[in-house]
Amino acid sequence: MRLDFTFPKYLALGYLAVVIVVLSTVSVFLGLGWTVDRVHATQNGYRGTGMDQVKWPAAERALKAANVVPEALDPASPEGDKATDVYQNVQVLKDLSAEQFGRVMSSITEWVAPDEGCGYCHNVENMADDSLYTKKVARRMLEMTRHINNDWKAHVANTGVTCYTCHKGNPVPANIWFADPSPQKDAGVMATNDGMGHPNKTNGSSSLPRDPLSPLLFGKEPIRVAGTTGLPSKPYGASIQSTEQTYSLMMHMSASLGVNCTFCHNTRSFSDWADSTPQRMTAWHGIQMARDLNGSYLDPLKGVYPPNRLGPLGDAPKVSCATCHQGANKPLLGVSMAKDFPELGGVPAK
Amino acid sequence: MAYYQNIFTQVQVRAEAPDMGVAHETIERTGKGFFVHLFGRFGNAQVGPIYLGNLGVASLLCGFLAFEIIGLNMWASVNWDLREFVRQLFWLALEPPPPQYGLRVMPPLREGGWWLIAGFFLTASLLLWWLRMYRRARALGMGTHTAWAFAAAIWLYLVIGFIRPILMGHWSEAVPFGIFPHLDWTAAFSIRYGNLFYNPFHMLSIAFLYGSTLLFAMHAATILAVSRFGGEREIEQIVDRGTASERAALFWRWTMGFNATMESIHRWAWWFAVLCPFCGGIGILLTGTVVDNWYLWGVQHGIAPAYPHVFPPVVDPASVMGAVK
Repeated sequence: MRLDFTFPKYLALGYLAVVIVVLSTVSVFLGLGWTVDRVHATQNGYRGTGMDQVKWPAAERALKAANVVPEALDPASPEGDKATDVYQNVQVLKDLSAEQFGRVMSSITEWVAPDEGCGYCHNVENMADDSLYTKKVARRMLEMTRHINNDWKAHVANTGVTCYTCHKGNPVPANIWFADPSPQKDAGVMATNDGMGHPNKTNGSSSLPRDPLSPLLFGKEPIRVAGTTGLPSKPYGASIQSTEQTYSLMMHMSASLGVNCTFCHNTRSFSDWADSTPQRMTAWHGIQMARDLNGSYLDPLKGVYPPNRLGPLGDAPKVSCATCHQGANKPLLGVSMAKDFPELGGVPAK
Repeated sequence: MAYYQNIFTQVQVRAEAPDMGVAHETIERTGKGFFVHLFGRFGNAQVGPIYLGNLGVASLLCGFLAFEIIGLNMWASVNWDLREFVRQLFWLALEPPPPQYGLRVMPPLREGGWWLIAGFFLTASLLLWWLRMYRRARALGMGTHTAWAFAAAIWLYLVIGFIRPILMGHWSEAVPFGIFPHLDWTAAFSIRYGNLFYNPFHMLSIAFLYGSTLLFAMHAATILAVSRFGGEREIEQIVDRGTASERAALFWRWTMGFNATMESIHRWAWWFAVLCPFCGGIGILLTGTVVDNWYLWGVQHGIAPAYPHVFPPVVDPASVMGAVK
């Protein structure tokens, strides 16, 4: 037997351990994109419920910079010659005056194709020509914009939307989506996991399903999963898998709107409406709206697009919460562009 | 005497040759054993000789098979790309069969079949290791306390992955393999069944979990603090207290008026540790089978408080509009 204690060696080891701990702690903060920015928390519900909204000043500044609203063109008179009298092949904006029609066209160019100009949608030799696919899509999008402003006030209220809400100067909006079930090419006999286990932007970098949008914002699968009674009332309610699908959709909504769960929910009971905030009702209508737009307007356009505009599975680009919201709980931070454009609403599209 | 006041074990008492254990231990072991100084900083410096036996070999083999099935399926899910495998490792999953397969014994391999096979081998591995633990304890003439503590953890594992899915009639209720997948499953499970925090057995489990850490800290700190008086020889001091035990006991009587004994503190610790997964398992077992929404159950039984409403009234739009969803 021998006693073995060499004191300086212990100290050296101890110091080494401290250095390793400090270095790993620092690397966690520097390496993982964490922020040391101040956090602003705003209480949003009754005290003790933890319903706080968390904001980071730098992110708020970036959001503000990304949501500068372009100046509206001078208003156009609804009087005078009708657009249909002056222009050929006007199919949607038939109720507008020629002056209003011209104002809308100029604005669309600025909002959607500022670099490409009129020629992005029109054959500039013959503006009435429908040969470009972009013109056919734009025509349907005008109908959709009017549909939103007229029929979806439950979601967009009187703020409304314009082309700019989604496009923001891009011919193709930055936040469209396609069906994206799994990165796995040919599983063979190996497990497919229903597309779970692969982080992406939609599922909030989690292991939840990659594509909750196809079944829930395009399809109409049930979103409500929590038990509705204390004790089991039916043989088998929602599965864990559909819960994970809903959870993934909620991650998408949270990131799209730049809000926590508690913006809409009291998290002690996500499903309970009485404990929820009024924003949850707006969000509910938003989900119905996205389903309507994807089903009635966006998906049917898949035959119009050239192949390079379609998704990997051949589906048309579609809308999600992110398409309009782009990180803001109110698109364009709540500024109403539509109020300056009665041409895009007001009159129901027929 | 300040040697004990350090995060490392400062004293290494070491035989000239590796210690072969008590005399009546007759089972052949592999290797001669050796010393690692660094190990001596944390535990005993001696490594080996080891005894695996049939149970140990069978357990490791089953564990290896489960590990391989899980790992290869994860690797396949990134198209056998090694870089992506490493990058996404914490996210990769091996999911149980989807709901439509119910309790089918052998669903298609790609749709949960591998999960069932991996689960079978992992369970076999755990049960074999439990049996080995029990038999090694018996071979040394020890009590089987460790094996029964391990059994408490296996109980929770079996409830989550086997017993409860069978009661629910769906393998899809079980937990997936994977680091983040099993955590996401836990959150989804709580959301589906109306918030586990209102589950009384979940509450008990948490109390025993935190209680375990508290007891562990109190006990370890007490023994280290009196080790200068020989307090680490706690088992002898159960019957022959000595000054270390008496000082430790007096310390707790002074600070909180009551003290455990050298024997009872270990019973406290064992029961807290065992009751944590035991209660947790009961809580999971009741979820979905007996209670479908713990929050609503909590409201019915007066454990979920009502808060004053600070928003304008919120009603379910689907109920207003007569729509479904």
